[in-house]
Amino acid sequence: MAETAAKTDEPGETRRDFLYLATTAVGVAGAVAALWPFIDSMNPAADIRALSSTEVDLSPVAVGQRITAKWRGKPVFIDHRTPEEIKRAEQDDNADLRDPEKDQARVKKPEWLVVIGICTHLGCVPLGQKPTDPRGEWAGWFCPCHGSAYDTSGRIRKGPAPRNLAVPLYEFTADNMITIG
Amino acid sequence: MATPASTPAPAPENAVVKWIDQRLPIFEFVRHHLKDYPTPRNLNYLWNFGSIAGVMLVVMIVTGVMLAMQYTAHVDLAFDSVERIMREVNYGWLLRYLHMNGGSFFFLAIYIHLFRGMYYGSYKAPREILWWLGLIILVLMMMTAFTGYVLPWGQMSYWAATVITNLFSAIPWVGDSVVTWLWGGFSVDNPTLNRFYALHYLLPFMIFAVVFVHLWALHTVKSNNPLGVEPKTRQDTIPFHPYYTAKDFFGFGMFFLVYLAIVFFAPNLFSEPDNYIPANSLVTPPHIVPEWYFLPYYAILRSIPDKLLGVIAMFGSILILFFLPWLDRSKIKSGKFRPIFKQLFWLLVADSIVLGWVGGNRPDELFYSVSFLTIGRVATAYYFGHFLVLLPAIASIEKPKPVPESISAAVGAKSKD
Repeated sequence: MAETAAKTDEPGETRRDFLYLATTAVGVAGAVAALWPFIDSMNPAADIRALSSTEVDLSPVAVGQRITAKWRGKPVFIDHRTPEEIKRAEQDDNADLRDPEKDQARVKKPEWLVVIGICTHLGCVPLGQKPTDPRGEWAGWFCPCHGSAYDTSGRIRKGPAPRNLAVPLYEFTADNMITIG
Repeated sequence: MATPASTPAPAPENAVVKWIDQRLPIFEFVRHHLKDYPTPRNLNYLWNFGSIAGVMLVVMIVTGVMLAMQYTAHVDLAFDSVERIMREVNYGWLLRYLHMNGGSFFFLAIYIHLFRGMYYGSYKAPREILWWLGLIILVLMMMTAFTGYVLPWGQMSYWAATVITNLFSAIPWVGDSVVTWLWGGFSVDNPTLNRFYALHYLLPFMIFAVVFVHLWALHTVKSNNPLGVEPKTRQDTIPFHPYYTAKDFFGFGMFFLVYLAIVFFAPNLFSEPDNYIPANSLVTPPHIVPEWYFLPYYAILRSIPDKLLGVIAMFGSILILFFLPWLDRSKIKSGKFRPIFKQLFWLLVADSIVLGWVGGNRPDELFYSVSFLTIGRVATAYYFGHFLVLLPAIASIEKPKPVPESISAAVGAKSKD
């Protein structure tokens, strides 16, 4: 641009310089805008977004039992907690937590804990759904990949994971029925 | 391109060749770059690995195209289509084992090629861009290897895809959106498999293009050599053909002897048995490890307790190599004449192997009462220390040995002994 200006007869910026700049700017903006459909086509498609809620019937789940539901391709841990487990989780509300959260804020009904069963470190599925699985020092879940341990509220207590197991959006549609998503 | 070799090219005798060359000088190009190309007369066998890597790229593309004709990129069909290749397709087992182990041997050739370049200072002026192009090829190879590993849709495929894509969730603010975008969904699923297949087919051709530019740069600055002394006279070089074509073909033979021994007698040596279990998004295998050629980076990732910093360190371990031409301030190219550098070089090789060994073990496991996490941390610190502290520091304290005046002088002195 500067060279073009220097070669013209008029000193300083010319009308032509302005036209060059404006044309280039519009061209670049247009090219960037045209990129968006290509990038966005790789985001979740409408049919995938439509499959975003799952209904789970909780009536067959006994006290102390944990089941795994599938929501958006991810495992969701549903824990029918025992009174001891609830007590333990509430007692630890004021413990030294990496990602401080009250147990109350993580449940809709204290006996039902619903969390996404994906370790917040690098996405492995923690162990603890079966009674025979290792559940870690805090009797919640234990991730075998890099050793993160979660408590009975799904809160991170030890290991490399930065955050608590996420609580998905869900609501009780009946006494023993939840809709996740 | 480069100026013609010192010997003027004789005019082509064949009338057809002449007619074509006047319109598109393709015969002249081949003669100039594959026959007359003046090559230092003192190259050792370590200089074979560039062309070996080139041959491996061709093997991978040819076997890959044949496999693509039989493979189905769908979560319900991918695993079975690979088993069908193994059991039903004529020689399918051979194509798959050549391709699967070919990846390992491609990386082996590239790593030897890379360390050879480090020892003989092949990254120093005027070869910086040549070095960068090589590193770009390495990064493209890593992307290709990773996307390819996901295609059989076994347990290791699925969880490798999950863990590696989750690395991007460490990016502040936009991390989770980036991961969703990479997946094309809310977990690794069919859209992910499809796009990885598309990329796995695309990337090798990008590698092919960068290899071409790598060779263009090579033929502009010419090959380095074990002495690190640039050729000065015609006595210092010999034509590429027949001298180095013969030597390269001998190298191919030796390399293929080892490669094919693995393909035929231990085809699953480098792979994890868990990848013969179909992918299951609800169960993570107890021990996830990447392929051997990614183990050192995996060890670096795990040795840093912070998620974001771990990811940065892992990518940094490759990125730092781009700055090598300026981190090494010594004017002497070849490690042969650098007594301290030579020892540090072998320590770096040892450190890389230690990192690989750590990457293959669980961090909480013990080796003689020292956890692998601790060993990994020391080895990671040494890796970065080598490039950021030791290498810049030794340039001023090291007393190099006398460097010969020319290649022919050194070779002549050697033959008189």
